[in-house]
Amino acid sequence: MLAWKSLQKSPFDMLTYQDIILKLKGYWAERGCVVTEPLDVEVGAGTMCPETFLRVLGPDPYKAVYVQPSRRPADGRYGDNPNRLYKHMQLQVILKPAPEDVIELYMQSLEAIGIDLSKHDWKLEEDNWESPTLGAWGVGWQVMLDGLEITQFTYFQQCGGVDLELVPAELTYGLERLTAFIQNVDSVYDIQWNDDRTYRDVRFADERQYSVYNFEVADVDMVWKEFALHEQEGQRLVDLFNQLEDPVEIARFPLLAAHDQTLKCSHLFNILDARGAISVTERVGVIQRVRNLAVGVAQAWMQQQHGAAKEVAA
Amino acid sequence: MSEFLLEVGVEEIPDWMIEGALKDLEKRFLAALDKADLREGVTTRTAATPRRLTLIAEGLAEGQADKQEKLSGPPKNVAFDADGNPTKAGLGFAKRAGVEASALEVGPDGKLFIERKIAGRPTTEILAESLPEAILGVYFPKNMYWTGKAGPRFIRPVRRIVALLNGSVVPFEIAGVASGNRTFGHRRLGQSELEVSSVAEYEKALSENGVFLSADERRERISSGAAEALEAIPGAKLRANDKLFRTLVYLTEYPTVIRGEFEETYLDLPDEIIETVMLVHQKYFAIEDASTGKLSNGFIAVANLDGDPEGEIRRGAERVLRARFNDAQFFWAADEKKPLAARVEDLKAVTFQAELGSYHDKITAMRGLAAKLGAAAGVDSAVVQAADRAAELSKTDLTTEMVGEFPELQGVMGGLYAKAQGESQEVADAIYHHYKPAGQGAEIPPTVAGRLVALSDKLHTLGGMFRLGKIPTGSRDPFALRRAAYGIIQILVKGELAVSIDQLVEMADAGEHASALRDFLVERLRYYLGEQGHKYDEINAVLAASDAEPLDADRRAKAIAEVRPTENFVSLAAGFKRIRNILEKAGGVDVYAQKELDESKLEGGAERALFDAYQQLRRDVQSQTDYAASLQGIASLRPQVDQFFDDVLVMAKDEAVRENRLTFLAQLLREFSTIADFSEIVVE
Repeated sequence: MLAWKSLQKSPFDMLTYQDIILKLKGYWAERGCVVTEPLDVEVGAGTMCPETFLRVLGPDPYKAVYVQPSRRPADGRYGDNPNRLYKHMQLQVILKPAPEDVIELYMQSLEAIGIDLSKHDWKLEEDNWESPTLGAWGVGWQVMLDGLEITQFTYFQQCGGVDLELVPAELTYGLERLTAFIQNVDSVYDIQWNDDRTYRDVRFADERQYSVYNFEVADVDMVWKEFALHEQEGQRLVDLFNQLEDPVEIARFPLLAAHDQTLKCSHLFNILDARGAISVTERVGVIQRVRNLAVGVAQAWMQQQHGAAKEVAA
Repeated sequence: MSEFLLEVGVEEIPDWMIEGALKDLEKRFLAALDKADLREGVTTRTAATPRRLTLIAEGLAEGQADKQEKLSGPPKNVAFDADGNPTKAGLGFAKRAGVEASALEVGPDGKLFIERKIAGRPTTEILAESLPEAILGVYFPKNMYWTGKAGPRFIRPVRRIVALLNGSVVPFEIAGVASGNRTFGHRRLGQSELEVSSVAEYEKALSENGVFLSADERRERISSGAAEALEAIPGAKLRANDKLFRTLVYLTEYPTVIRGEFEETYLDLPDEIIETVMLVHQKYFAIEDASTGKLSNGFIAVANLDGDPEGEIRRGAERVLRARFNDAQFFWAADEKKPLAARVEDLKAVTFQAELGSYHDKITAMRGLAAKLGAAAGVDSAVVQAADRAAELSKTDLTTEMVGEFPELQGVMGGLYAKAQGESQEVADAIYHHYKPAGQGAEIPPTVAGRLVALSDKLHTLGGMFRLGKIPTGSRDPFALRRAAYGIIQILVKGELAVSIDQLVEMADAGEHASALRDFLVERLRYYLGEQGHKYDEINAVLAASDAEPLDADRRAKAIAEVRPTENFVSLAAGFKRIRNILEKAGGVDVYAQKELDESKLEGGAERALFDAYQQLRRDVQSQTDYAASLQGIASLRPQVDQFFDDVLVMAKDEAVRENRLTFLAQLLREFSTIADFSEIVVE
């Protein structure tokens, strides 16, 4: 470990991984964002967190920044691949509604982490986003810095099958890539996490062990059972909510817990998928089941928080 | 000379939409002028960068011309009573005309009328009114709203509008953005507030603030920059790619060429992968050796900045490329561990379409189809065997890491892996090209085995989708079935495979929608012939004669196009049309064509002459395999046909003669309409 470290000795002025996170959070905090810690349920992307998925619904402005560990079981590479991770970190910024100078604000955030944009090629290339399982889509760009995609920039249009009243801008920074770029290293594992520790020191075990679990060890039957249980619980909650009439009962109903169940299902689906355990006939149906739950929760949330009329879930 | 400047400042517009949007903006602007009678004498030009759509017009009038309007009303005796006082009707008309009843005049027709001048409105007012709609009406393939779901929709948020008529702001508003006189420069090379009062100032301000407004200038900057960058490498040449060129022109406001290199070892990767990574994913030009055409280990990137003095951009680009090539090497090595043949079973877990099953189901069906198609077209059995193997392996690359990363390489990777894994060249080629043709005018698979695989793939999709009733309607064609059907027609015709549409339909197994599939294929055949430049009446003539076989229909259409300009053709077509009309009036062609002809009842003279010529020609045409020569021959009947109509009364009084005559004409028509139905030819 030590010998390796000495080869990678970085100059003092270089920002570490955690510096970059702290600076970006600070930058957006100064611009009015609520700083939250990651959601404590496994998700595939920061978009699925209630801070984004539910907050973008309805007429209330909201600004938030958080780092979300995002798990994609099929992307695991046992810690062998320099660019691909089972669990990568997204820094997620939600600005609702999107301010007029949102692109300038974003550019300044890059300058806040030491990227001199007068020396780098910066382009916005069309990249629209769609998540069938969340009934959500938006349009936007991938932000390219010297040919590297560092951020996904999306103007949300619909979420949980609901047209959005205020269009939010979602900025998703790929923190590992961004740091590798800034630190000029070829492998994410060579990133300096802080002055003493590399990304490898902190995360290698996660990458290796979860790859083994997801690809080799996960008990498929049990994961299926878990999936069914979470789906059942989520659906039970949505159904219960939909029967409520009393405004007080409606207001205190635990829809956030129902959303957790959706996220659990989504993650378990990803594990089953990585494991190659979902057959042809099942696959489309399973995606549809997760989507039904996501849409059901989103519509219930609209009723609970924003008094939307009850609709029959699609 | 008056001038008008419009600049719509937008957040970065997708590069491929810009040219179309500019044309549409210009069209809508001119239409608005047209509607207001202001179009005359106006010239326009347009320009765009990713962040602005600009339209400049000259020769606009200051305002509309005044117009005289005549308004007529009720007759005098209705409008005024006997005492000359206005009635209710009279007062009503006066009110409508906006004058006192006493001012009304009586016209020569005895009705009241009033003439009044309508003052023309100033151009600025008209523009202010019509521009928001003209701008927001511009077509983009995928719009968004940004002020909320009730707000306007456009490709990306509109952030700035410059609208100046002779230096004065034309006032209007879009989504809370008021038009004004301030433009903006490049995001990093210019100021964000630039006041301008004329087109000249506008163009100057942009060029001083990091924006090349003209696409041609940006293009020129890229090509001369690339040429300069390549001077250092002897024999090096940019691998031309028009699509990438255009992309880069519309991704930049200030394009600057940057040359980079990568390690030569990556050149061991197949060219297809290197090019996909560089051109498609990174938008870098490849560099090749001018004499051998081989890829070199260099590339040309285009930055949206004025330079790269410290080499930061170059190093970044090189690093990204290295990472992607590393990935590709990693994928290649991982994919090699499991040959394609061992992946066939895995296809059971890959959905083709929910109701049509897996890709394993698909390749099983494709193998059956390839065999049937091969038999129908009389293809050599060794080739059919190669097609069978290729069909079996054709979709296995969908399970490879490489295709997972580079979906656009499906088929291509299968071919490359097949070759590397010791499959025959013929099988590898057939897999490699089986997604072809990619569109209109695109090349078809170069080998017969490849054509069989491509046909079976498309036919399986078409048959399955039609069986499910997923038939394209209007512009909705989510499974790209039109392209699949068009691909089939292209392959049959250009690949010279004689398979009939009925055979295709039977093989496709479209269930209750079989006849819809037949119509769909014929429709694509008609479209294909149109795309080849055949006139619509020629296509009608060909398909009315027979729509059985695309290859044959194409040959007949070519023959008509060849013979049509010759002297007798069109007149003969007129004669044939006359024959058909007569027969149809008399009960139909079919009725008479089946009757027995009695030669003895034919009259001497013109009828006999036509019959003799017909007999002679019939033998010639039957033994002739050259459609154009046959058509020439048929056209040579013209003098006899003309003479016949001059001399002979078809509808003879004697019923037996008449019947016999109609029978003769029906047989002649039938006999000579197998190549083309002449009566469909439009005679001017």
